[in-house]
Amino acid sequence: MLLLGFWLAFESTIITHLVVADLPEAMRNLPAAELNLKVNKIRNLVSENIIAGTVEPQVQAAADHYRNLKATSNAALAVVVISSAILGLVILRAKITPTLRARNGVEQIIKYILIACSTIAIFTTIGIVLSVLFESIRFFQKVPVTEFLFGLKWSPQMAIRSDQVGSSGAFGAVPVFAGTLLISAIAMCVAAPIGLMSAIYLSEYANKKFRAVAKPLIEILAGIPTVVYGFFAALTVAPFIRDAGGLLGLSVSSESALAAGLVMGIMIIPFVSSLSDDFINAVPQALRDGAYSLGATQSETIKQVILPAALPGIVGGILLAVSRAIGETMIVVMAAGLAAKLTLNPLETVTTVTVQIVTLLVGDQEFDSPKTLAAFALGLLLFLVTLLLNVIALHVVRKYREQYE
Amino acid sequence: MNNSQKQLPGNGKQKERTLDIVNRGLKKRYRAERRFRFYGLAAIVASMVFLSLLFISIVGKGYTAFQQTFVRLNVFFNPEILDKQSLATANYQGLVKMSLRDMFPDAKSRRDKRMLYGLVSSGASFQLRSMVLNHPDVIGQTLKVWVPADDDVDMLIKGHFDRQVAEGERRLKDKQLTWIDRLSAEGKIKTKFNTTFFTAGDSREPELAGIWGAVVGSFFTLVITLLLSFPIGVAAAVYLEEFAPKNRWTDLIEVNINNLAAVPSIVFGLLGLAVFLNFFGLPRSAPVVGGLVLTLMTLPVIIIASRSALTAVPPSIREAALGVGASKMQMVAHHVLPLALPGMLTGTIIGMARALGETAPLLMIGMVAFIVDIPAGFTDPATALPVQIYLWADSPERAFVERTSAAIIVLLAFLIIMNAAAVILRKRYERRW
Repeated sequence: MLLLGFWLAFESTIITHLVVADLPEAMRNLPAAELNLKVNKIRNLVSENIIAGTVEPQVQAAADHYRNLKATSNAALAVVVISSAILGLVILRAKITPTLRARNGVEQIIKYILIACSTIAIFTTIGIVLSVLFESIRFFQKVPVTEFLFGLKWSPQMAIRSDQVGSSGAFGAVPVFAGTLLISAIAMCVAAPIGLMSAIYLSEYANKKFRAVAKPLIEILAGIPTVVYGFFAALTVAPFIRDAGGLLGLSVSSESALAAGLVMGIMIIPFVSSLSDDFINAVPQALRDGAYSLGATQSETIKQVILPAALPGIVGGILLAVSRAIGETMIVVMAAGLAAKLTLNPLETVTTVTVQIVTLLVGDQEFDSPKTLAAFALGLLLFLVTLLLNVIALHVVRKYREQYE
Repeated sequence: MNNSQKQLPGNGKQKERTLDIVNRGLKKRYRAERRFRFYGLAAIVASMVFLSLLFISIVGKGYTAFQQTFVRLNVFFNPEILDKQSLATANYQGLVKMSLRDMFPDAKSRRDKRMLYGLVSSGASFQLRSMVLNHPDVIGQTLKVWVPADDDVDMLIKGHFDRQVAEGERRLKDKQLTWIDRLSAEGKIKTKFNTTFFTAGDSREPELAGIWGAVVGSFFTLVITLLLSFPIGVAAAVYLEEFAPKNRWTDLIEVNINNLAAVPSIVFGLLGLAVFLNFFGLPRSAPVVGGLVLTLMTLPVIIIASRSALTAVPPSIREAALGVGASKMQMVAHHVLPLALPGMLTGTIIGMARALGETAPLLMIGMVAFIVDIPAGFTDPATALPVQIYLWADSPERAFVERTSAAIIVLLAFLIIMNAAAVILRKRYERRW
């Protein structure tokens, strides 16, 4: 009975809310039909704002009319709300019979709410795909897909007048992708060995105390915001590398790929290390004991038994790290350059997909020039590439987990 | 591994014993062992070194920003300038200039005067204005007022200024240097705790710029994120873990969530730009939109953490609840959820900490604008703390470098507090079943 009463109260408030939400809309439509153009002016008059210029009589009349309407609608609102509340009460009252399973009904409703919440993930994915795809299609109507995918020149600056130099922007994404890959490769060269070796040390050699201290410290690296890394890369690492290169007689650009890649590598160390750590721990102890009993040293056991056994998981972890490196934005925005160059020299300045997206979209309001649409096309490619990497990595990781369970 | 085992025992004279071969190789193998162990340790040490370098460089650059240089002026609140009728719009700049001229009468030429006025921040006149408006009785008196110095002077006092550089390339000229030296010899320059940094909004002048506007913007954004992502995330986790049948549909949802957790954050920014701004027409630069985008980003994190918290609750509790006649929903709401809540909260705090540090998606939805006012609501234009850091990092003035570092210190302090809260929560309520 108590639960029924609860439901009753709950239901009638919902109905009230619905009615309240409905009525102002109907109210808004009425004056709009009469005087479409002057609605704003009337509204101002109603709310007694100051309007520039003289008030015409018709407008004044309309405003009065508006006021009348508002009064009547307020009255109507009250009537409708009260009557609907009574109606709901009556209906529900009639429904309350010993055979009513109120709990089941309420729980069914809650269950649907829960289902709706869990589908938000799918809607997000669909939203990402649609929003990026939609703008990309508009972009590919202006620039052919083949030029975008295989073109070797990237200079998205569109001139304002058609007779200016470089009026037609070039949208070949290859140099942008080459830059992304170069920086990611440098990052992985830093992160993969350091992350893997520290995972091995922590899980195989370190005693409990050392592990309890060192592991969280390494995880801190993952918790630092990327904008902080970007600042560190741009103001500490990049000048250091430039000066060091200057001492060695090399000409290093102040926005070198090396600096961005190095710092990005530091950021990724914990991803590699914590994932590899999990997988190394998942290798059954029996395999280790078997190797020791054959007389292998600890390092031989690790190299020849544990690593091969954990390899799929480690590869999956590294793939996840690569996808993170490709999608990383702030470090490269602050430390890498804007010039799209097709080079493999880590001392030169390169640009990445994320840098281009940011520079093309920040501060731009128009959404039909190829320049801004190109950002969405880059975003589409970025999304697809990282999605592919993630799917492969998650699949590998999942399969590997099942193997030892 | 042990290929010597293949040898047959017995024919000892021609062939050596297995043990000898093993022993001969042993030294080398132990060396390899030690080397390998050293590599492991070196890797950990390397990441520690990176971590400490990062902190040292940022703290070393930033700690000075908590101090600000002030100059003492003898200001005569001239009643001729301060007309009672228009106190708010009086020429306060003139007051500052007059007291500077009184201090250094040797500045005669127009260029000298301009250099002299450059010693004091343009915020000095605002300070005098609020003084006069709050206490109108100061008019006619001469008071000693500490006003903020210009950022170049500030840098000089803090030792970030190289006097050896040729005069043409310096931001402070020789004459200004002698004036400053005289001021500090007379004790008219000192550094005080920098309250402006914590109370002001953004500014083009480093000595007047503060992080409060960005902090408030971040706060509004996070409130929206928390209000949306926590209930939705918990609801989704409860459904997937407790109610969902194992079929293709729920599999799809699961794969989706795992993928979303690894999608680059900038793609979420693109989504926000295309859907929230262009399609729904929400205002640019508003914390609402930032909160929505960050909600979508943190949802997977919260769902994954909540699910593992739910699986940690043992089935015996569920069965006991069902056994005494609770419905499935009652079982979840009354028994499973309260037990799983600490784990869910921990996951939520970690997700919030990530959202607080996130910059890239906010750049996409226009939260990078230069905003001086402190946002008052969810739809006011605002920036967030990490975005403010990004903006300041781009500014050329030397003084902004230390402000940026100081803002980073503040951001890291927030993150450390949040993560510490998560750790404490976990330690306190973690139960092993």
